[in-house]
Amino acid sequence: MYVAVKGGEAAILATHDLLAERRRGDPAIPELSVAQIREQMGLAVARVMNEGSLFDPDLASLALKQAQGDAIEAAFLLRAFRTTLPRFGASVPLDTAAMHIERRISATYKDLPGGQILGPTYDYTHRLFDFALMANGSRPKPAAEAATRLDTHMPRVPDILGTEGLMEPEVPPPGDPKPADLTREPVAFPVDRDLRLQSMARGDEGFLLGLGYSVQRGFGGNHPFAGEIRMGAVAVEFVPEELGFAVDLGDITLTECQMINQFGGSKDIDPQFTRGYGLAFGHAERKAMSMALVDRALKARELGEAATYPAQQEEFVLYHSDNVEAAGFVEHLKLPHYVDFQGELELIRKIKAERVATAAAAAGTHKEAVE
Amino acid sequence: MVRPDSSNTITPGFKDPVLQSQAAFRIVMAALAEPGVWHAMPGDVVPPPGLSRPAALALLTLADFETPVWLPPAVRTGPAGAWLRFHCNCPLAEQPSAAAFAVIDGSDPAMPPLSAFPIGEDSFPDRAATVLVTCKARDGGAKAILSGPGIKTVRTVAPAGLPPDFWRGAATNALAYPLGLDLFLVDATHIMGLPRSTRIEGAF
Amino acid sequence: MNPVNAKSPRQTWMAVLARASRDDLAAIHAAIAVPAHEVLKAPEVGSVMVEGRAGGTGQRFNLGEAAVTRCVVRIDGGVMGHAYALGRDRAKAEIAAVFDAMLQVEPAGGPLHIAIAKLHSAQAAVRERTSRKAAATKVEFFTLVRGE
Repeated sequence: MYVAVKGGEAAILATHDLLAERRRGDPAIPELSVAQIREQMGLAVARVMNEGSLFDPDLASLALKQAQGDAIEAAFLLRAFRTTLPRFGASVPLDTAAMHIERRISATYKDLPGGQILGPTYDYTHRLFDFALMANGSRPKPAAEAATRLDTHMPRVPDILGTEGLMEPEVPPPGDPKPADLTREPVAFPVDRDLRLQSMARGDEGFLLGLGYSVQRGFGGNHPFAGEIRMGAVAVEFVPEELGFAVDLGDITLTECQMINQFGGSKDIDPQFTRGYGLAFGHAERKAMSMALVDRALKARELGEAATYPAQQEEFVLYHSDNVEAAGFVEHLKLPHYVDFQGELELIRKIKAERVATAAAAAGTHKEAVE
Repeated sequence: MVRPDSSNTITPGFKDPVLQSQAAFRIVMAALAEPGVWHAMPGDVVPPPGLSRPAALALLTLADFETPVWLPPAVRTGPAGAWLRFHCNCPLAEQPSAAAFAVIDGSDPAMPPLSAFPIGEDSFPDRAATVLVTCKARDGGAKAILSGPGIKTVRTVAPAGLPPDFWRGAATNALAYPLGLDLFLVDATHIMGLPRSTRIEGAF
Repeated sequence: MNPVNAKSPRQTWMAVLARASRDDLAAIHAAIAVPAHEVLKAPEVGSVMVEGRAGGTGQRFNLGEAAVTRCVVRIDGGVMGHAYALGRDRAKAEIAAVFDAMLQVEPAGGPLHIAIAKLHSAQAAVRERTSRKAAATKVEFFTLVRGE
């Protein structure tokens, strides 16, 4: 039971001021600008946009500034803002094959049409500090430019295997239905893949990383390969009701991951490779990979596999991946529970008193018996 | 669905969508909170022919791309249909059963009965339609006695220019509670709420 | 899979306007004659739900929303101009809507068409440069064969 408390207004106003001062830090140090965060903390900004479920790099940067870099608090700010926006409609489904590739790698094919593009990655860094960054003002040397640009259209790697009939096809269900939307309709289990993917796309990167890791360590029953990871800009198109044709709204950066998993076949399904899919705003490779691992694990029901492990259980995954909800429930424990606690205190005192009384009575009986 | 060509006939909607839609929403909410009380709905929006100003403001505020709006056929294919589609991006429903919002004209005998609109489902009572009924005047018609949430004892209203079976339909609608339509009566300048929770009695 | 759909001239300039910065558009606005306009849909910030497809080609799903600003105007003479673009820049949306209307009536080769074509090439040049930088990181892996 929740019981309202009142008072504390002056203390709360004072804490707002104290927070603002603490957020600013030492005033002798120059203040961070939102543009600096957007340009120089791009991976943190991507995480906030994913978990805040709104593509808006400027606002995600402001959220990080306001939240002192706390990614979950920042996502919360973005979610709260999102609810104030009128929704104009839904985009035309993105065409990631038309991505302007900045990075594209495959762990399954060495040579693939269009090539392997390392792009801006930490994979081949030595994880040694670059102390030059401690002294501001050093300009990186300009990145090398090849003589020619990349192909404008690059096939997705799993589609190459698909031509041999060895890859689970990815085709829309009959009628290509409008996807379910958990921000508009309550979720009822069992859920379809559209809701699972939406839920993971806004889910906590750390939670999905842990679950994805559990799949690899044997708590998920499949052995994945990174079929392809690609990152780059994709145009978003929208058909306004009053125009009736698609309008290109501009580009958003996306990271896409296609996991490939061996599947021995079942009564109804031939042996083949099955797929797990991950897609995220910005450069968010770990998120997209984790999502793809868990997406495949959650297909257990459709593929007739036993759902033995947490990553295969959609209620567990969907109900616990949202970090704004999770943080809300965990952190609400900070709020006054004085009356609750008083009730439990009374109860424990009573039980203890009863037990002492019972023990005393039993001891008395025993004494009498001995006499 | 019809797509009337509208490039030269569309008139402006809200000049300041945020503040003006909030002001209109406040009035619509007050109307539902006090069933049977007429609330003036001012504003500088010029409604298209076929819609009263209160109906136009309410739809501008409430309708969007996910809420099909049913309009009388002549209004749907006229400037009002184009205006709503343009400003709200709302689809125009051809069947009353598909409507989330509807406008019916009290003086037109060809209007569908209230029972033609969706009243929601047991698990989702919110999936009922909201119906705006245009009447001629705020007074001078048959008396209806209202009671229920938002009314201290009873409140008597007598709008003129409603369909002959309107009050019977509205009283039946209230019996379906928690399902049922939420109704508004509108004239040229005012709006009155008749939510599904309002009980209706009278000689009809 | 899905070939890049050929865009109409209007879709092409709307895409250029959507990607332009407010400063780009304001500079053009200051340099050419612009007719008076009436605002039909005031610049408004909202969202569009961005849809993806499982596996890139399969079942549709909602990835998340994107902030979008739209505006619709009518210029003197009666032509309507529309602007829809990612971001929250209302001033940019209004200029873009006016330009969309003007481009529908301006003959090919007019000053606004020329200015937008320049903007288009500048945007393409940035994209080309990004792609050539990525191409410089193209890698050839060699499999090392053991034994023999």
